[in-house]
Amino acid sequence: MSASQSKTINIRLRVWRQESREAQGFFEEHELKGVLVDMSFLEMLDVLNEQIIKSGKRPLEFESDCREGICGTCSLVVQGQAHGPVRGATTCQLYMRTFVDGETITIEPWRAKAFPVIRDLVTDRRAFDRIQMAGGYTGAKTGPHADANAILIPKDLADRAMDAAACIGCGACVAACPNASASLFTSAKVTQLALLPQGQADRKRRVIRMVDQMDKEGFGSCSNLQECEAACPKKISIQNIAIMKQEYLKAALAADFRAGMGSADGGA
Amino acid sequence: MALVLFLVVHLLGNLTLYAGSGEPMNTYAARLHALGPALIALEVGLALTILLHIVTAFQVTYSAKAARPIDYDHAKTKGGPSKSSVGSRNMIWTGVVLGVFLIVHVAQFRFGPTMEDGYTASVSGVMVHDIYRVVVEAFTQLKWVAFYVGSMLFLGFHLRHGYWSAFQSLGIINPRWSKPIYAMGMVIALLLAFGFLFIPIYIFATQSGGGNA
Repeated sequence: MSASQSKTINIRLRVWRQESREAQGFFEEHELKGVLVDMSFLEMLDVLNEQIIKSGKRPLEFESDCREGICGTCSLVVQGQAHGPVRGATTCQLYMRTFVDGETITIEPWRAKAFPVIRDLVTDRRAFDRIQMAGGYTGAKTGPHADANAILIPKDLADRAMDAAACIGCGACVAACPNASASLFTSAKVTQLALLPQGQADRKRRVIRMVDQMDKEGFGSCSNLQECEAACPKKISIQNIAIMKQEYLKAALAADFRAGMGSADGGA
Repeated sequence: MALVLFLVVHLLGNLTLYAGSGEPMNTYAARLHALGPALIALEVGLALTILLHIVTAFQVTYSAKAARPIDYDHAKTKGGPSKSSVGSRNMIWTGVVLGVFLIVHVAQFRFGPTMEDGYTASVSGVMVHDIYRVVVEAFTQLKWVAFYVGSMLFLGFHLRHGYWSAFQSLGIINPRWSKPIYAMGMVIALLLAFGFLFIPIYIFATQSGGGNA
């Protein structure tokens, strides 16, 4: 520990700067000396911002919140890879020891039409919220809190639903997909409820409405490259996409599926 | 999946070409044409399936371009479970090559020289279309052998991602079968691509030297 604590590297950064949604973006170069290798990637950017502020310029905008890999806020494409080169980790869990002395590190925002850049590396990811609002919930009134295990759910189903529910909605799937498709996110949200008894009431309407919303937002189509699964910090499987396709086909064959969900929309 | 099934049947039919003489191929062709309206229905069905395949392929490609108006400075695959490769990322281009191939192939053989052009052969005493001669005449020319072999390599890359992709896209993939189906895609791609591409090579090797049929 003590040996690596003192170890530092010098790096060169190429970061994306963009004043506003409409402005033309460009890469800006910075040199950063004496970066502690035990720093997280975001701490390194904090140090960069102190350097930029001292020089009297506008600091670099990027998003972060929990900085422990569970909130899905941080969202950087580092060296051409969503969340950087480490699998199963968010950008905040990426450490500077991953990089070598003298390395040039390129940092870009998520790039998708449905995720427009607000400023620099910050993107507007509300398209995901709208997909979720289209059907990623249970519309039925659930009444008071029920006893634990009042509804019996087999362990394997509970596990698969939990694996899908591990999605933190960061958008790395879209960022990494060569087609900028949101299929992995949407399928995780569809599957987590489709597998559980609580999700059955709205099952058909949910998948139709969420997929329709996903298409409306301007995401690309899935061509099964599985790059999303490789980039997902929660390692969500594309088997969820196969389940979503199956759910969609089944629902599309059923009647009256486009009607509203739950009491908020007036029921169906 | 209908298209893969067609390719399998097509290859099985083509294996008659290995016989070294024209009779098995011509018999097979004559029996196919004896189906009459049923054959026309199959051909139209196949053409419509291919058309649908092409239209959706262009839609997917267009939506992908539209969904990312500003591309990355450089994007890199993260490896692991990723199936991203030169072949899987360029399905549209291997597809375009195969589309061009298909037009040439159908024009050359399906709508090529007919019995009226003197391409007749006798099978068990009955005069039939000598499709075997049409094939041999093409594949004793090096340029056609090269064109067919090249096109079939593209077919291999297209099927390597396409076979598995069809199951995944239609959601008829049980998690347990996901890996075997993907592996099967490789087997199908190799069998079909090489199955088809050895035919012109075989004919060129055995027939161009003076004909030993």
